[in-house]
Amino acid sequence: MSQTKKFLYVNRKAPYGTIYAWESLEVVLIGAAFEQDVSLAFIDDGVYQLVKGQDTSGIGMKNFSPTYAALGDYEVRKIYVEKESLEARGLSLDDLQHLVYEDEEEDWAEKDSIMLVSRAEMAEVMAEQDVLFNF
Amino acid sequence: MKFTIQVNEGPYQHQSSDSAYHFAKSVLEKGHEIFRIFFYHDGVNNGTRLTTPPQDDRNIVNRWSDLAQQHNLDLVVCVAAAQRRGIVDEGEAKRNKKDATNIAQGFRISGLGQLVEGAIQSDRLVVFGD
Repeated sequence: MSQTKKFLYVNRKAPYGTIYAWESLEVVLIGAAFEQDVSLAFIDDGVYQLVKGQDTSGIGMKNFSPTYAALGDYEVRKIYVEKESLEARGLSLDDLQHLVYEDEEEDWAEKDSIMLVSRAEMAEVMAEQDVLFNF
Repeated sequence: MKFTIQVNEGPYQHQSSDSAYHFAKSVLEKGHEIFRIFFYHDGVNNGTRLTTPPQDDRNIVNRWSDLAQQHNLDLVVCVAAAQRRGIVDEGEAKRNKKDATNIAQGFRISGLGQLVEGAIQSDRLVVFGD
């Protein structure tokens, strides 16, 4: 399998109401072994997945949000968050986890993984892909 | 054209697995190829042979098994999703010390890598779900 494809994982749902968010993350982590050109998108209620300070003790479910901070180690460096979705929910970038990766070409400098994009820009990101996973 | 199909919802509750089945059938009738059908999330429930729908309704599980047999399809149930939801084959029963199996004919249990490989190897990944 020498081909490299552009993969976009589209996350559309809140983290705990359904299992889609967690099982999407499982695909991303397993898929990293295939060394594709991976991006993640967060739109609609999916933006809640990245909100910092999640506490699931009251609902007896596993808090998997720390896993997002490990994405940089899995070579996931492009995380697109839709501006309109954040705004519609009264959120801003400051409410989200600060996700970074280390750039080996610049002496392992830490760089931001999250890119805030408009709905129109998100459409362009999607149009560039070879494969769209929808969760 | 070569397709991989992902089914994300269980049978009967959602139309997704019906739509996926009709799509798969049409793809084959049009002379295209299906590399793999991957069942994820509650979609793994498409692969239990213990399903018993009323006699005047479609049998979604048998329908998949028949299609797989006719066209030699690769129906893969995600192992992690299957373990959560109790879809078990001989290997899984041994590994997790379960006293029964329920995997339907034509299905096999394997890893998420099979989905990613399907997306790489196929011209199109088509996802059916909510």
